[in-house]
Amino acid sequence: MSQSEMIEALPDLLPSFGLERADIAFAVNGAAVSVNVPPLRRLSQVLRDELQLTGTKVGCDAGDCGACTVLVDGDAVCACLMPAASAAGTSVTTVEGLANGLLSALQASFLAHGAAQCGICTPALLVAATALLETKPNPTEVEVQDALGGILCRCTGYRKIVAAVMDASLQAAGLDFRMPQSGHAIGSSPVRLDGVPKVTGGEKFGGDSFPADALAVLVVRSPHYHASFAFGDLDGWAKKHPGIAGVFTAADIPGKNCFGVIGPFADQPALAEGFARLRGEAVALVAGERETMLDLDLQDFPVRWTELPHFLLPGDAQADGAALIHANRPDNLLTKGFVERGDPEAALAGAAFTATGAIDTSYVEHAYIEPEAGHAYMDGDTLVVVACTQAPYMDRDDTAKVLGLAVDKVRIVPTATGGGFGSKLDVSLQPLIGLVALKTGRPAALAYTRNESMMSTTKRHPSEMKATIGADAVGRVTGMVFTGDFNTGAYASWGPTVANRVPVHASGPYATPNYRAEGRAIHTHGPISGAFRGFGVPQATIMQETLYDELAGKLGMDRLDFRLKNCLRNGSETVTGQRLESGVGIFECLDSLRPHWARATADADTFNSSNTSKKRGVGVASCWYGCGNTSLPNPSTIRVGIAPAGEVILHQGAVDIGQGSNTVITQICADALGLPLERFRLKSADTAISPDAGKTSASRQTFVTGKAAEKAGRALREKILRFANVSEKASLQLDGPAIVIREGEATRRIDLAALDMDSDGFVFRAEETYDPPTLPLDAKGQGKPYAVYGYGAQIAELEVDLKLGTVKLLKITAAHDVGKAINPLLVEGQIEGGIAQGIGMALMEEYIPGRTENLHDYLIPTIGDVPPIEHILIEVPDPEGPFGAKGLGEHVLIPTAPAILNAIRHATGVLITKVPATPTRIRAAIRDKEARA
Amino acid sequence: MIRYAKPTTLDEALALLGEGAWRVLAGGTDFYPAQGAKPFRDNVLDINGLVCLRGIAETESHWVLGARTTWTDLVRHPLPAAFDALKQAAREVGSLQIQNVASIAGNLCNASPAADGVPGLLVLDAEVELRSAATTRYLALQDFILGNRRTALLPGEMVTAVRVPKHAAAGTSAFVKLGARRYLVISIAMVAARLVIDKGIVTEAAVSVGSCSAVASRLSGVEAVLRGKPALSTLADAVLSAPMAELSPIADVRGTAEYRLDAARELVARAVLGACGLTNDNRMVAA
Repeated sequence: MSQSEMIEALPDLLPSFGLERADIAFAVNGAAVSVNVPPLRRLSQVLRDELQLTGTKVGCDAGDCGACTVLVDGDAVCACLMPAASAAGTSVTTVEGLANGLLSALQASFLAHGAAQCGICTPALLVAATALLETKPNPTEVEVQDALGGILCRCTGYRKIVAAVMDASLQAAGLDFRMPQSGHAIGSSPVRLDGVPKVTGGEKFGGDSFPADALAVLVVRSPHYHASFAFGDLDGWAKKHPGIAGVFTAADIPGKNCFGVIGPFADQPALAEGFARLRGEAVALVAGERETMLDLDLQDFPVRWTELPHFLLPGDAQADGAALIHANRPDNLLTKGFVERGDPEAALAGAAFTATGAIDTSYVEHAYIEPEAGHAYMDGDTLVVVACTQAPYMDRDDTAKVLGLAVDKVRIVPTATGGGFGSKLDVSLQPLIGLVALKTGRPAALAYTRNESMMSTTKRHPSEMKATIGADAVGRVTGMVFTGDFNTGAYASWGPTVANRVPVHASGPYATPNYRAEGRAIHTHGPISGAFRGFGVPQATIMQETLYDELAGKLGMDRLDFRLKNCLRNGSETVTGQRLESGVGIFECLDSLRPHWARATADADTFNSSNTSKKRGVGVASCWYGCGNTSLPNPSTIRVGIAPAGEVILHQGAVDIGQGSNTVITQICADALGLPLERFRLKSADTAISPDAGKTSASRQTFVTGKAAEKAGRALREKILRFANVSEKASLQLDGPAIVIREGEATRRIDLAALDMDSDGFVFRAEETYDPPTLPLDAKGQGKPYAVYGYGAQIAELEVDLKLGTVKLLKITAAHDVGKAINPLLVEGQIEGGIAQGIGMALMEEYIPGRTENLHDYLIPTIGDVPPIEHILIEVPDPEGPFGAKGLGEHVLIPTAPAILNAIRHATGVLITKVPATPTRIRAAIRDKEARA
Repeated sequence: MIRYAKPTTLDEALALLGEGAWRVLAGGTDFYPAQGAKPFRDNVLDINGLVCLRGIAETESHWVLGARTTWTDLVRHPLPAAFDALKQAAREVGSLQIQNVASIAGNLCNASPAADGVPGLLVLDAEVELRSAATTRYLALQDFILGNRRTALLPGEMVTAVRVPKHAAAGTSAFVKLGARRYLVISIAMVAARLVIDKGIVTEAAVSVGSCSAVASRLSGVEAVLRGKPALSTLADAVLSAPMAELSPIADVRGTAEYRLDAARELVARAVLGACGLTNDNRMVAA
């Protein structure tokens, strides 16, 4: 169709198609309300937009996630599936109606159990569980699961949710909000400092604070994997739709239309120019009044697509003559990482036993329950972006670059983030809403639909891996070679990080004297692969740990003993030649699993001796993971001070996406400073008010920002002590607007109001930066890539239905060396949540572009899919980490999938070499084995 | 402007239906996901004001399930054991939130090959009551659902009830659903089985399979094999060698065609044993 035809196809002025509005009256949380809305408006929108009850969340608009669950006349429903008309005359209960001034017993129980992490699914869980508890005050585990089975949580692994609901009746006495005493914050598990709003519905996520007058923004996206495009008469189209304030394309971008998380590899346009490299790529923005936009059909948007050949697999991308996705990247190779040590070929040739295998993994979607959302507005000449994120300063810099602004003219205000897991490190809508606000001068708001979130944001890299590992006759690993191709999709994102991290970690936490590993990031027209909890290490660990089981079998060794024999110890050298002097806790992790291993394998044997159609299996796998950037600067800065009112003000810039940095960083700072947690007030990671504490990524916040918080706390303490002219032995106490300092018999009281206050409102202040000491990797990948590693090992016990290929998980036992558990409850939460994601990766999660762009075709574990988890916290202090602490956020996911695959092989005799191990794949492998027998 | 109407009497609703094309809105659980973020452009007939269409009644000859009866309504209503398979299926329709509003007729009109309610209704010989302003007609359920997302609904018609003849409400039944996770899952395959057992012998057998053909289907070959056999665990062996020509599964993101056939046969055996009361752990088989 030509441009002129397109224009002629439009009527002179499109009529308003919308529905007539109606007055609809009902009760919400006991109060009568009346709204004037079209009768088909979703109840979720009515609650959020008309009644400002934003505790009811929208995660999918399709009933697939349950985040919008409310009670209508006492029954749980998805508010996104209910027309406003059906609410008329009913009584609706939302999360805001549960507290009644005081927290309900259930809300208190959620906080006491650590059942809320990011908090985005929490309102729905609370509402649905409230309905359950009305009829069953002491529900069983299965009753809880049946009642909450329709609500997805991506953070917690559900176990603490189940416990919180089952124990709610015990919680009636109220919640103990008492904070640990001064000097005892570390190692205690107080109610998370940001917890209360998560259970009341008060927490504001990316989509919860849109200004009433904000323009709504829609994004026009490529329906094709690869296509060129041309716009028709955009102005003419806009004029025919009253209420549209503007249409924006790449031509409107004032800065450099190219962003990316790693500067030298930046390659992604905010709005594509002339052609799109992936399905879902943004090409234009339409901004307009909210009601107009709700009724706008983009079907007739004047863009003409010309589909171009595309490829989705690395093999096709590297085939002779394959078109280049980026002209400057030959062979569609983004980059590769390489580590070599010793002589692996000779070692393998001389090995008594070798095991060789290949594993393929799939795209994995982060599936946080909060799709990307935010709004932007102009504050004078400063662009303010209020959005969910994992990396405010990186957002600031990329947004400024795209929009041609100085970085100090962009302010990023992070909202609560409803899960991130790596994908919210990259900018998504920030430059888009920023552009609209900049161009129109009006606030601009956008919440991605689930579909556009899944299509356009990053994924875990699919991998195609091969490896051989050799051992000597006594079971000592002598050598390993590994190659992995990682499908990095259309743009770089974190592909280079994955390519570099994998070769460093592919040995697992095992001494491997002769080693070669190569990781390659290869462009395709598939979804962009970026950061996802582990940066490629979870994939590589599947390869290594399944081969370890095979080697143990060939050696006739117990699989756990084989690992214990080879694991790194203090004084070991890693595959990059880094000598680990102390703090290596993998032996302790594996050793702590011994009794569990003996019990589990005996249980499985007993079961298997009397069952034929179902077989049980037990598997074990380890992890290690370097905390922070790989051989790159990675600083965090923490500012802390004393305000005249006697409060400790902590600029806590480590974005809390649910994992608990608001609480953990404060605990560290409190004990370093020597003042109690309860006197701390947090300032958020707003780039206008807090220094850069780096991104929430790479398991770095507890370690790196924690270390900065420790240093800042100690520095502040030092300043106060010096002011008081007392020694390091003195104790501090805040007594109203005064600091009381005691040393021996002497007491000194400093009246804070009498001191000079600086422009930030402090009378004492300290600001400290910490950057982990690393060394670059040389051409053979030798060096000191990380200052701190964390370790762990997990046992999976499961039952395979041989006839159906289904897997029923029975138990996961997880031993993790965290150096020092700053907050044991939060550590458990990380472990359980990581395991749940590992379960998903192992058994069900497979993102297929164009086919699983929703949460009913793309499956993540539900509350019925996570078995009991026993955690064993190992504390082998790290000499570098704050109070000995190591990171753990990513570690916890890594062993789960290989432990499950090893358990499936133990149960069935078949190794699944393509994950996820779906019923189809398991059954096919069993059939193949039976056919061979 | 598009039209929206929420009639309160069936006559009014049928009169409106006769006036032109409408999308019917009942529980909304398929309506809204199909709509997505698109604006409304169809006339919508909201039948949630039709109180008469919700509830379960017993007549001389039939059990009558009103079109708007929700899955939760069904679960809560005392019914003969022959309905157990349907009740078990009801608990697997989406989630509790879905079951609380989604209607039985909506599940049929949506005509998904994976509709959880269909196998359980097929083994009850269910029929669909279709009314227009002019006439009322009844169609056997297998004649109502014509294919993937296709039904025999004529312009001006709506489903007003689903009826189960008393003769088919006999015996015991069981439902087995196979999915890749425990809750909130579209089935890879599912089976409903209803058996009438007299003096230890299967005298009547009704077996149907969903998600393994464009429309869930009764398995006449399996039913024939089961009739006359003792209600023992050996029924499973009979199932495993019985013809299942009705199944023609496709491969999709949930499983391969080969797997579906393989699994369906196993599920049929389990559902049959479940209907005999020989096993009781088969309500949901999740990976």
